[in-house]
Amino acid sequence: MVDSVIQTKDLTKKYGEFVAVDGLNLEVQAGEVFGLLGPNGAGKTTTILMILGLTEPTAGSVRVLGLDPARQPLSVKSRVGYLPDQVGFYDELTARENLTYIARLNGIPDSQIDRRVDEALARVGLEKVAYKRAGTFSRGMRQRLGLADVLVKQPQLIIMDEPTSGLDPEASHEFLEMILDLKKEGITILLSSHLLYQVQAVCDRVGLFSQGKMVLEGTVENLAQRVLGGAYRVLVDVESVQPEIAQALEKIPGVAHVQVTDTKKYQVEAAHDIRPEAAQAVISAGGRLLGLGVQAQSLDDIYTAYFQGGSI
Amino acid sequence: MTEAMAQKPAMPDERAVAALREREGSPWTGIWSVILKEMADHLSSTRIFILEVLILLAALGTVYVASQNIQQTTAEDQFLYLRLFTTAQQPLPAFVGLLAFFIPLVAIALVFDAINGEFSRRTMSRILAQPIYRDALLMGKFLAALFTLALVCTAIWLLIFGLGILRLGVAPGGEEVGRGLLFLVATIFYGGIWLALGLVFSVVFRQSATAALASIAVWLFFTVFWGMIAGVAAQTLSPIRIGLPDEFLAQANMELALSRFSPNTLYAETMVALLRPEIRSLGILLPTQLEGAILGAPLPLSQSLLLVWPQMTGLVAASILLFALGYVLFQRQEIRA
Ligand SMILES: Nc1ncnc2c1ncn2[C@@H]1O[C@H](COP(=O)(O)OP(=O)(O)O)[C@@H](O)[C@H]1O
Ligand SMILES: [Mg+2]
Repeated sequence: MVDSVIQTKDLTKKYGEFVAVDGLNLEVQAGEVFGLLGPNGAGKTTTILMILGLTEPTAGSVRVLGLDPARQPLSVKSRVGYLPDQVGFYDELTARENLTYIARLNGIPDSQIDRRVDEALARVGLEKVAYKRAGTFSRGMRQRLGLADVLVKQPQLIIMDEPTSGLDPEASHEFLEMILDLKKEGITILLSSHLLYQVQAVCDRVGLFSQGKMVLEGTVENLAQRVLGGAYRVLVDVESVQPEIAQALEKIPGVAHVQVTDTKKYQVEAAHDIRPEAAQAVISAGGRLLGLGVQAQSLDDIYTAYFQGGSI
Repeated sequence: MTEAMAQKPAMPDERAVAALREREGSPWTGIWSVILKEMADHLSSTRIFILEVLILLAALGTVYVASQNIQQTTAEDQFLYLRLFTTAQQPLPAFVGLLAFFIPLVAIALVFDAINGEFSRRTMSRILAQPIYRDALLMGKFLAALFTLALVCTAIWLLIFGLGILRLGVAPGGEEVGRGLLFLVATIFYGGIWLALGLVFSVVFRQSATAALASIAVWLFFTVFWGMIAGVAAQTLSPIRIGLPDEFLAQANMELALSRFSPNTLYAETMVALLRPEIRSLGILLPTQLEGAILGAPLPLSQSLLLVWPQMTGLVAASILLFALGYVLFQRQEIRA
């Protein structure tokens, strides 16, 4: 049996007349990495704050680990780690002192605090700067300190808001690696991001947000299938573009869409990898094949296609 | 603009009220962690250190001069130590005068960035994501500041008594110590009001500088203007039409009543009654009331305490009211950093 770690029902948040989150039904299963994705202002942070019980929902309900964050906030917050967007620290305190304070607030016995804090710092590779003031840390180090801060309480669920924003590519890659490590330990992770492409690799499932609504939800492949008609994009490079080739490509089973790009290539959306069939189709249509490529679909394409094409 | 946005309260919601009533655990879970952390911050902060040094110098200066003065003029005085606090000598004011001036400043300096500072450092959401209630954070910050203030005041108080022993060469009497201690407690209560006020402003204003300025403005208002306003208001509210003594008395009483809305007045009255045992009343004294009293004879401590009881409770009540206001505002605040 799979337990659902987060479950929201018709969760709604209004600021006056403005609806920030609109009837959200979300379910995150134990052990998965769920990505809450969407542009700025879509309502991701608001959703997260309601899940944590830091903001009152206007309507609807939330269950986290089977608990109600409004009624049992202490139980929820001692099991859930939260890494806020642009996390802040007490700059005049050292990394260690910052984490020690958090450990105390979590009621961790004094005898265990030092060990837990050191472990957490080592996990994120900050043990060398444990005694440096947090004010001297770079953006990447702060983000890792934020993760250590979350790990101190040994959470069952970690919620991260825009964990990679503001990080350089290398730092964000490292950070995503750490997320995958946590997943391996069985920790459930909910993360939000407006950088769809960056996080798609670590998410088991994603929910695409737009204007307070979750418009699409599923695995990346699944979404690609539904929105683009295929999880694969095959690029067919031919010597010259001819209508017969396009017709032949369209006839291949599993092909959803054929398009000519500006670089004289055919772009074929398909449910599976159809490279062999595509090669055959080009030859039999009398074309000269120069190259074949395949890409997995990116979330950005899905998002763009979805909003250009209206709805499914 | 941004401040108006920031303060927009969360929607009043029946569910919120219900949740408040039946939420789990103690609202004070984790409060000691907050208090210890905040006190450590205060005691190591440069800002507070500077103020401590200032008070210390002021204390030493005024008390030294006072002790010199007392040594020269000393007749048989039962309350030599109390005179250390209250004797002024040009150009220096008495120690208590300085204290009335400094305590609000120290209190404001301790708390003006208590809440908004957490927002501007972006630590608020991280702290509130820990298993504590907002109650513990706010109360913890208030108590940490109060304890710090108490610590500073007590240290100075001990120093003055120590200096007294050195300079006066006699040990303080029991009643003197008792009165001194009550004065210390009253001083801490007086600081409590300004702490609560500063805390409210640190909730209301998202900019620490705005909160500090607003607190200072209130302090200035009561220190400089309230006396004048009370005078003018008393003249309008209780005018003297014919010139009967009753009218003068009514106006004087009105002015006194109005001036008591100022914490400074309450503290000043408390101070006077505790440190000058010969003071028999804090109101307007009529000659008839003095009949049968031996002029200049000191009141026993219990009587002086009775005299200042309304003032002391007034100070405490005002602190509690202000704190409650800050509490309500903070509970309703959006915590999005
Ligand atoms: N306190 C508030 N008052 C009014 N509107 C708000 C408030 N907080 C957030 N919003 C609005 O709610 C919407 C969703 O915000 P948010 O959840 O932060 O989006 P995201 O995290 O996806 O970028 C935004 O349009 C924002 O302007
Ligand atoms: Mg956000």
